[in-house]
Amino acid sequence: MTTAVNQAMVEKYKGNFLKEVTDNVEEGNWVKMCMQCGVCSGSCPLGPHWDHPPQELFMMIRANKREEVLSSTSMWMCTSCYNCVARCPRGLPITHIMHGLAHYGKRMGMKPKNQPTEKFGQMFWDNLIKKGRVNELKLGLGLYFKDGFAEGVKVSMGKQKLGMNMMKAKRMSPMEILGGHGVSDLSGFHAMLKKAEELEAARVGANTDAK
Amino acid sequence: MTDVVATNQTIIVVGGGISGMTTALEAAETGKQVILLEKRPYLGGRVSQLYKYFPKMCHPTCGQEINQRRIKMNKNLTVITQAEVSNISGEKGDYTVSVTITPRYVNSNCTACGDCAKAATTEFDDEFNYNLGKRKSVYLPNAMAFPQQYVIDQRIIGTAEADAAKAACKYGAIELDQQVETLDLKAGAVVFATGWKPYDANKIQPYGYDRFANVITNVEFERLMDPHGPTNGKLLRPSDGKEAKNIAFIQCAGSRDKNHLAHCSRICCMASLKQTNYVQEKFGDDGKSTIYYIDMRAIDRFDDFYQNVQANPNVSFIKSKVAKIEEDKATGNPVLHGVNTEGYHRYANQHDLVVLATGMEPSVDFKGFPIKILVNDEGFIEHDDSNGGIFAAGVASDALDVNRAVQHATAAALRAVQVVNQVAGA
Repeated sequence: MTTAVNQAMVEKYKGNFLKEVTDNVEEGNWVKMCMQCGVCSGSCPLGPHWDHPPQELFMMIRANKREEVLSSTSMWMCTSCYNCVARCPRGLPITHIMHGLAHYGKRMGMKPKNQPTEKFGQMFWDNLIKKGRVNELKLGLGLYFKDGFAEGVKVSMGKQKLGMNMMKAKRMSPMEILGGHGVSDLSGFHAMLKKAEELEAARVGANTDAK
Repeated sequence: MTDVVATNQTIIVVGGGISGMTTALEAAETGKQVILLEKRPYLGGRVSQLYKYFPKMCHPTCGQEINQRRIKMNKNLTVITQAEVSNISGEKGDYTVSVTITPRYVNSNCTACGDCAKAATTEFDDEFNYNLGKRKSVYLPNAMAFPQQYVIDQRIIGTAEADAAKAACKYGAIELDQQVETLDLKAGAVVFATGWKPYDANKIQPYGYDRFANVITNVEFERLMDPHGPTNGKLLRPSDGKEAKNIAFIQCAGSRDKNHLAHCSRICCMASLKQTNYVQEKFGDDGKSTIYYIDMRAIDRFDDFYQNVQANPNVSFIKSKVAKIEEDKATGNPVLHGVNTEGYHRYANQHDLVVLATGMEPSVDFKGFPIKILVNDEGFIEHDDSNGGIFAAGVASDALDVNRAVQHATAAALRAVQVVNQVAGA
């Protein structure tokens, strides 16, 4: 499905990635306002570890580098510290655009391989939607064991003290392994998510169907 | 008591900087009665605080001297210093302007001999040097001050120091019993030439103007160059008095920024280009300047000035809005952090001194004015028929350089003359 949507988007916007971002990416309509001053890139605490800092991503969008942008690991590195947003002279919601781009890249099936933030994001979501509440125990264990059983045991042993402290502080319960707590109206919660998914699909559909 | 005759054919000009002087003189020289009001104890405004101005790199004293001579020769022009407008009412052709005059405590007998200042002991921050140095409590505001008369700081009135200054005067020029006066002046037209103030650099948190001694503003840099300034014209940095040979200029410090001034202040690019010439003037090939910019705006015919600076091997340009400044504790050097957007290179550059090219904002808040004036989002006066007989001259209307401010002020004089001509039935 993602590939089909991706293909439809390429068809629809061929040669105009900026327009595609403006129409489809959350807060993407702000990208055209960037004046390339570079203050976001200089202000990002993780900037030295990004392949392409925000202002460079914005320029790449204008330069139609669709593949490079959507498959980049850069926007997945954003920790939402909002330093760039606070300093941007044009008031761009850069943090939101980064998350919008990451989400859009994932939807187009172009997410980077083995990007830990992306993996954790998916794990968190899958965990959350089961019961409407995060199951800390399962999420923690899932995270520790994401790189295999042997690695998982090693990490778990290392984090033993943290786990014990969380239990003492009643932040985590060993009983959660049996299913865990959830929202009172679970079926209502799931119906709401289903509706949201339908709306989102319709929105993407509307953008890909209409030429 | 200040004796002034004003009718509804009088033109009042508020602000005695380069624009106000120009409007007042141009109108007075057509034969109109003009009153020029100035808040400070002298004329000349912010231009008199510059070392040189672009593009011809002349000293402001030269133009100032010509204007002072024109003022002295003109019977139609009355200058009142230390005067502030407290209220304004009426309509086009019939305004009443209330003016509050604070005392100078020195009358026109003053010969500027300076004996009174020798008797003074207290020192205050020197406003003329943007508080970089001190001045005495009895002082001549600057070497070119017009009127060329000393001023006694109100804060020493009633002390023995003030009496000592009075006793030192051989000409009977000191009147310690002068009081605040209020005048109601009639006018047909009023021109606001109230100018600008530098944007408050303390508000630009990442640049640390409030924390780092060696981060200064462009207007302060002008004072360092002035032979009468706080460093006697030497380029010494504030932290340790070391010669500042490697200087960074940061453009758009507070301008073109939604968090600060939304508008382009228009003069700061040229001001920094000009100031790189100062560094050359002082240190020759040992003086290095680096300009950090978003884009250079050397408007229209100033492009050749820009090209000349670009050709100077001692000046480099980095296309980047600096993200933040830190201080190297050992040396006191500011360290600039950011990304050079030409090639996306991350830098951490040390300089001896950082000059923030702060922008211009209107010095007066016209929105809270007693009479309705159309003001734009940036706080400058818009030219509009609904303003009646009230006009802006120079930077009260927009961010302008000296040249454009003078042109604008001349146009404002013509508009004011047209109003009083209508009143006269001409």
